[in-house]
Amino acid sequence: METLEQIKARAEAAVPGAKLEIVVNASPSAQHSLLVDNAHAAAVARFLRDDGQLRLDYASNVSGVDWLDTVVKQTVKSKRLIDGVEKEIEETLEIKKPGYLEAVYHLYSTPLKHGPVILRLRTENRTDQARVPSLTPVWRGAEFQEREIFDLFGIVFDGHPDLRRILMWDGFQDHPMRKDYVEPDDYEYEPTPHDAVLERAKPHYAAEAKA
Amino acid sequence: MSSTTVEPNSVAPGPTQVAPQADGTGVPSYSLAPKVTAAGAVEGELLEVSMGPQHPSTHGVFRMDVVLDGERVVKLKPVFGYLHRNHEKIGENTTYLASMPYTDRLDYFCSMTNNWAYALAVEKLAGLQVPERAEYLRVILAELTRLQNHASLGGFLLQDMGAMGTPLMYAFREREKILDLFESLSGARMMCNYMRFGGCRCDLPPGWVEQAKKVVNDFPGFLDEFETLLNENEILMARTQGVGLLPRALAISASVTGPMLRASGVNYDLRKVDKYGIYDRFDFRVPLGEHGDVYDRYMIRILEMRESLKILQQALRDLPEGSIIDPKAKLRGFRPKLGEAYGRIEAPKGELGFYLISDGSPNPYRYRVRAPSFINLTILEDMCLGHIVADAVIILGSVDIVLGEVDR
Amino acid sequence: MDEALKSELSKQGVFTTTLEDVYNWGRRNSVWPLSFGLACCAIEMIAASMARWDLARFGAEVFRPSPRQADLMIVAGTVTKKMAPQVVRLYNQMPEPKYVIAMGACAISGGPFKQGYNVLKGIDRYLPVDVHIPGCPPRPEALLHAFMTLQRKIDGQKLTGPLRPRHLVAEAPSEFPVPQYGGHDLVPPNNPALWHAPVVARKD
Repeated sequence: METLEQIKARAEAAVPGAKLEIVVNASPSAQHSLLVDNAHAAAVARFLRDDGQLRLDYASNVSGVDWLDTVVKQTVKSKRLIDGVEKEIEETLEIKKPGYLEAVYHLYSTPLKHGPVILRLRTENRTDQARVPSLTPVWRGAEFQEREIFDLFGIVFDGHPDLRRILMWDGFQDHPMRKDYVEPDDYEYEPTPHDAVLERAKPHYAAEAKA
Repeated sequence: MSSTTVEPNSVAPGPTQVAPQADGTGVPSYSLAPKVTAAGAVEGELLEVSMGPQHPSTHGVFRMDVVLDGERVVKLKPVFGYLHRNHEKIGENTTYLASMPYTDRLDYFCSMTNNWAYALAVEKLAGLQVPERAEYLRVILAELTRLQNHASLGGFLLQDMGAMGTPLMYAFREREKILDLFESLSGARMMCNYMRFGGCRCDLPPGWVEQAKKVVNDFPGFLDEFETLLNENEILMARTQGVGLLPRALAISASVTGPMLRASGVNYDLRKVDKYGIYDRFDFRVPLGEHGDVYDRYMIRILEMRESLKILQQALRDLPEGSIIDPKAKLRGFRPKLGEAYGRIEAPKGELGFYLISDGSPNPYRYRVRAPSFINLTILEDMCLGHIVADAVIILGSVDIVLGEVDR
Repeated sequence: MDEALKSELSKQGVFTTTLEDVYNWGRRNSVWPLSFGLACCAIEMIAASMARWDLARFGAEVFRPSPRQADLMIVAGTVTKKMAPQVVRLYNQMPEPKYVIAMGACAISGGPFKQGYNVLKGIDRYLPVDVHIPGCPPRPEALLHAFMTLQRKIDGQKLTGPLRPRHLVAEAPSEFPVPQYGGHDLVPPNNPALWHAPVVARKD
């Protein structure tokens, strides 16, 4: 199979205006991935599926990933005039990186038996603009998996034919796989070595003792 | 009375209601409005049936919302989630090792292959090597798992067709012999929790290989009996041939994997494609179907059991001595470096994959299971449309689902 | 009747019994379970009904697909919050006298999946359970043990008097409220008439 750089170059040539970016994976698996801009995602996906050298006709796995807002602390040295003397000052800047949700597609080819080529789509933020285009029209196999991501992560897939909750019931309001999801407090008694569970159980013991 | 007659079964058989594109993509279109004849009369009424979640033939707590015209299925929507036990969320809240027993409970027929898929993904993430003896043990256990899964599926499929009990009893009789092997090795019949990152948990007890060889040598006798009773059984052929056709292009586009995909004639077996573990050392063939109907799916599994027996005989013969776990593998305090990995194996039901993202902490940041049973259900509706409701039960049976894996 | 006399008579070929004994003897030897599996434990339940363990010895191999014909509900597996209303509804549809076996750690308490947001932490929050079997999954032998325990329980039930079982008390409930799906959890999260959080006495 071609290298990811070659795929990127050819995809950008084939789909005018598409912006692709290689996301490097530092682990020993060395499965790097391609970040695609949302506007051209469907066209790039069609190119990957139909191109004669790639023929990635099999979307094996679609997963959602939740990346929370992060604060990165950076120490910056700068020179300033203080009392007429130029001094070097260290400043700690807090850079807020807005979080986003991600849909990751693992693509393989059944006739050429190569893969995976990993495609990533990102939403703008985690709240009102949690939308990416659906790739179900390109790979039917993404249908239920995208519904699952909609249910558990809250990514809205534009162009999905039947976007409903799939695992939780219809009236459910949360997206439980998000990192900031708070579970209903419904267990009172825990003989367990997990400290976090015991902490959650403590208020219930107090309530029971009073009653 | 008007002179127009009501034709309840006016829908032609076959998936005529589906309008997929020529390349196999696209999504079926439906109309729930009653059909109206040219004269303006309504042709009967549609009946909505909710099959499940408690239904004897849904293999657990699966539910299908079926719309019927007479007995013909005109719409079928699977409803999931009745066994959604938050496997992925729990996986993100526990350590890498602690997720291993949870994987047993995904596809609870095949704990060994679940263990292997997860171990493989983590080994990719952390760059661990597996010693040769452990690789052989994994192959032996995975193929034994395949035997008992396919045998049980044969029994359940026949049960769905109305052969109450007998084939299932035969299948479970054989399954118990394999479970005895698992139990003497791992201590548990079903939830083996046997594999570890970079190897296996414990070595074989004395006499295990001999017992396994006996089971493997006796198994063809059971298969012969099973096949004599069933393969050319008139009822089985009438009920399954030409039922639930799955075209090749649609199967690939819908990410169908495993015996389902190969029954549609696509030569894609991860044991041959990825050659994970040491599968390139064994001589075996990949059976392929021609029609992609329920009968082909049944036969593929029978033939796969024969091939599994071949692999087992070679692996049991060549099993080397040596250590069973990579000495570099740390079980406690295991923290892979930043990064991600997707590892997949050919589980008895299809491609079982684990997608892990590590942020350097003891818990995975993202833990995702690519469950074959779940994704194979994508095209359940396409296969069932136009068939009668009793066939829908068989088609579902031939997909071979396990709800622990569908809902996770 | 005096036990010694009864024994002496039986040696002479005269069998005496009571209506209560005959009634319970009949009931305990034909407990028909509901054909109803939830998760992993259901496979062990099926294994128990197969040739090696032969549940038929207990007159219990007749798995009924319809709750109207069943005497026993084996809650075999994890009860999720999405499934819990259906489990309660099935129980309500069964005719009295009816019994419940909670099979496996999940049905008892949520088991290994207790941390899950969609997992009910034990079916006894909504239903009265007669026999609990621990294990993940319990072996078929454990299920057989549960059947024997249930048989002993049925054997000891009185036809009259204040200790008579629920199905002989006209005003006792045979149906339990079905929980509803809420925005974040089931409503109510448990049946307060049936279940209270256990009081844990700890020294610390």
